[in-house]
Amino acid sequence: MADLTALSISELQAGFRKGDFTPVDAVKGLEARIAAADPQIGAYLSRDLESALAAAAKADTSLPLGGVPIGIKDAINVLGEPCTCASKILAGFKSPYDATAISKLRAAGAIPFGRLNMDEFAMGSSTENSAFQKTRNPWDTSRIPGGSSGGSAASVAAREAFATLGSDTGGSIRQPASLCGVVGLKPSYGRVSRYGLVAFASSLDQIGPIARSTRDCALVLNAIAGRDPRDSTSLDLPPEDFTSQLGRDLKGARLGVPREYFVDGMDKRVRERVEAAIKLCEGLGAEIVDVSLPHTEYAVGVYYIIATAEASANLARFDGVRYGHRAKNPRDLLDHYMRTREEGFGSEVKRRIILGTYVLSSGYYDAYYLRAQKVRTLVRRDFTEAFEKVDAIVCPTSPDLAFKIGERVDDPLRMYLADIFTIATNLAGICGISVPCGFVEEGDKRLPVGLQFLGKALDESRLLGIADAFEKAGAGEVLGTDPLA
Amino acid sequence: MGSPNLDVRDVARLARIELTGEEAATFQSQLGRVLEYVEQLKSLDVSGVEPTAHANPVFNVFRADEPKPGLPRELALSNAPHSANNLVVVTKVIE
Repeated sequence: MADLTALSISELQAGFRKGDFTPVDAVKGLEARIAAADPQIGAYLSRDLESALAAAAKADTSLPLGGVPIGIKDAINVLGEPCTCASKILAGFKSPYDATAISKLRAAGAIPFGRLNMDEFAMGSSTENSAFQKTRNPWDTSRIPGGSSGGSAASVAAREAFATLGSDTGGSIRQPASLCGVVGLKPSYGRVSRYGLVAFASSLDQIGPIARSTRDCALVLNAIAGRDPRDSTSLDLPPEDFTSQLGRDLKGARLGVPREYFVDGMDKRVRERVEAAIKLCEGLGAEIVDVSLPHTEYAVGVYYIIATAEASANLARFDGVRYGHRAKNPRDLLDHYMRTREEGFGSEVKRRIILGTYVLSSGYYDAYYLRAQKVRTLVRRDFTEAFEKVDAIVCPTSPDLAFKIGERVDDPLRMYLADIFTIATNLAGICGISVPCGFVEEGDKRLPVGLQFLGKALDESRLLGIADAFEKAGAGEVLGTDPLA
Repeated sequence: MGSPNLDVRDVARLARIELTGEEAATFQSQLGRVLEYVEQLKSLDVSGVEPTAHANPVFNVFRADEPKPGLPRELALSNAPHSANNLVVVTKVIE
């Protein structure tokens, strides 16, 4: 049997339909690759090979994702499997139900396979906040894979998964996709049901795909998008085929370059790659337009008030009563709560709950939370005005290359500022995608750089079309290379 | 520190999180820097700006009021740290 793990979803399905190999071969092929590669990568927290093989044996390959294994971030519930959000407070938890995105994947014939590491409760940009293990960047295992969906991105880059689901609250799909050299899509707010995604910041969270091509992301989005009566923020929209604009060129596309996204602090080599990629878009026929998003510098501040405020409320449910860790021999109820949460949560989660509680507390609400919500309006308005002039915005995904493990753990503010180019997308509720645009040489290693395209709310089809056109001209070298070869 | 008003121990108690002395000191200085950073929001004039709570202004989403099966009891209790007689056993609340 030839190695299947480098195939795209479309190639995999073509092989199933011709009878060259079966979904069981695909699961076994992945398992062999995981067994070989994951000891050095650390992307998977767990996997249930038996149930994946059973599902593969019954797979209907005529369905849109029939027989395709998909890896799942450990924040999304899959019936009967662990769902820990990489937190000790949920150690041992087994999901009593499927998230809607998972039921939809199953209905499209896909096989959820494996639980992927992440920053605890999706709070982080490096996956170093996992309570259980480090995940390493496949391009240089002394470096972080990005985060919070670090396992979802690293597994796809290392050919340990064909495609995965991640979640993106402030860049948690796009930033790791960028640092690992794969494609990651954050859909518009309301596009995908959040039911069964463990909530971090409910007004910002969105589930989305990570894969080795824009097309594969579009295929997964086709399966998971849509209104869900169990998530009142999911939108009721006419069905849409997100592959409909793939294969086009960039002629006539108007791409906005926001001057605020080329800041002094960013890595010069990242900037050069991104500028070269924008030139390439121009060469492919796109019209490059200068745009301004004047409130960009406030986005990180707004985010860390709104996201922590929402998190402090959402994480109140981890009280050691109905599920999760419970402290032993509490003196009284207060002691039960205080010690359960002290023992269960890691440092970053505690920090954010405390910050969120503070900005919501009496006397500070107006100064912090309400003001942040007003500035959020201004950030949103910037995008609305920019999208009157352009079809999409093009910019870097991250100001940095993957950094060394341990380099920033003691400096939360510096870690937060790494999200500067991805955070505003979530505040505005628009869609965004990161596509590789080349390598930077670092010592004897090559580290990938991501190019980000942002589209207006619910304009995923066009965004994917633009990303696909760029990918064919400018992402082949990264996407076609096996980082472990 | 950026915000002399932030007393980490006090807020941690509101959030029901016990902190060690070392943690409290570290968080006090780290969150002080974060609050100092967000002070920049105060330089903006937001008078007349409506707050945004959600990316999509969706209001009054109703579903049909029809009974449907919920989570079966065994599943709902399957993750409880302590259960008995089909109930979750909790820490003593009343003296």
